Amino acid sequence: MRFLSSLQADPEEGTRLNRRGFLGFGGTALAATALVASGCDSSDDNNSDVRLDFSNDFGVLNYAYALEQLEAAFYAQVIATPFAGIAANETAILSDLAAHERIHRDFLAAALGTNAIPGLTPNFTAINFGSRTSVLTTAKTFEDLGVSAYNGAGRYLSLDAYITVAGKIVSVEARHAAVIRDLLEPNTNAFARLGELAAFGAVAANGLDGALAPDKVLAQASGFIREKITARNF
Amino acid sequence: MSNETLLSNLDPEVLERLRCSRREAIAKAAKAGLGAAVLTSLPVGLALSAREAYGQGTPAQVLAVLNFALTLEYLEAEFYTRGLAAASLIPADRRSIFQTISDHETAHVALLRGAITGAGGTPVAKPNFDFSAGNGGVAYNATTATGNGPYATVFTNYQTFLAVSQAFEDTGVRAYKGQATVLKKTPTLTIALQIHSVEARHAAIIRRLRNEKGWITSNTTTVPGAAGVYAGEENTTQGGVNLSAALTYATGAQLTESFDEPLTDVQVLAIVDPFIV
Repeated sequence: MRFLSSLQADPEEGTRLNRRGFLGFGGTALAATALVASGCDSSDDNNSDVRLDFSNDFGVLNYAYALEQLEAAFYAQVIATPFAGIAANETAILSDLAAHERIHRDFLAAALGTNAIPGLTPNFTAINFGSRTSVLTTAKTFEDLGVSAYNGAGRYLSLDAYITVAGKIVSVEARHAAVIRDLLEPNTNAFARLGELAAFGAVAANGLDGALAPDKVLAQASGFIREKITARNF
Repeated sequence: MSNETLLSNLDPEVLERLRCSRREAIAKAAKAGLGAAVLTSLPVGLALSAREAYGQGTPAQVLAVLNFALTLEYLEAEFYTRGLAAASLIPADRRSIFQTISDHETAHVALLRGAITGAGGTPVAKPNFDFSAGNGGVAYNATTATGNGPYATVFTNYQTFLAVSQAFEDTGVRAYKGQATVLKKTPTLTIALQIHSVEARHAAIIRRLRNEKGWITSNTTTVPGAAGVYAGEENTTQGGVNLSAALTYATGAQLTESFDEPLTDVQVLAIVDPFIV
């Protein structure tokens, strides 16, 4: 097996913020073992903390795992510190989303086992968790980006079981995206306003949702993750 | 993106080689035990699902999947076109939702027809539909595309219309998912996924309009007569991982909501058959 990921020793390791928080409530503490178990060599690394090889299914699944870690950490924080004036239906929806993303994250960790990349560290400094608009707008971005990521990455998977399970997850992300969008703009066509998603690869005229190459997704996610993640062979 | 652009994204080898034999499809479907009545009204390829665990679909199988998808999109497109045309059915403040869904389904029909033609195949003809799910029985009225099936009020009662809409959308999501492995390692998979997640967005908003969660909790449903649409959604083992055992913090409801399950083509066929004349 080739390198599934590579973790470079982080000079700021000792000062990372909230690592435990990102791994979440009973999340998977994989950090140290994954480096060794996946045969990584930090010497081939170019300023990346995590390298994802898309010629290998584990690279694709780790990509999904990285994004699910981000989403799970985000919603855990949303639930821990609800925004001002949160409505009961919003609490119900966001609690479901928190559960789903946590389950996605922990499922992928379990499926990857020792091939999993380490737990990542979130950077949520741009998010105002006290603000409904900030939280829901960020949620919309994460869900739309997640849909585009899975849609764009499916073609790199080789094993039928992984293709199917990725399909099982992406449609749930799309359901999330629609519901979050409806919270922001109730009873409008916002839930599937594909014209807004051109930057995510959507083609409104053909009724196609977003689909993005891994590098494009990682570029958009990079502001929210302290580690540098790169993808290759896609 | 025009169909031209879409086709340029398809594997040229697939484009050149894709051919689909209706005769072959019918022969295989007959072997699978499907009735002749179904075969006369449904597209080729519905029974061409034999796949090896690691096997990528043959060109004929890929084309069969596209025609399979086209039939479902015909169903949805006509459903929303008729719903929007029906007097006093959709409340004024909900029309933009259904217009958007309708636009997408109509676009999917055009996209798939173009893809099939470009791949050297022949798009299946649009069947006549009976949106009452009456299977085109004696009370069938071709003008209204309804009969005396269980959803006879589909175009006169908004709640019935919503219920059928939800069943169609949730079925669509599951149907595309069930065919994904046939399209493995092809750009066509990406396009299919891009349609699939749009169907999921539709499903979520329709469910919300029915005061349901946007996601599917286990295999129960408030849509009458739609047990088949949700069969298997109670699954809590994913990728060989028994999540009930592994993730003890999660409830069964949460575990089932987190993963949408696929349907086989045969299962989908059974669901849509009553809607086809």
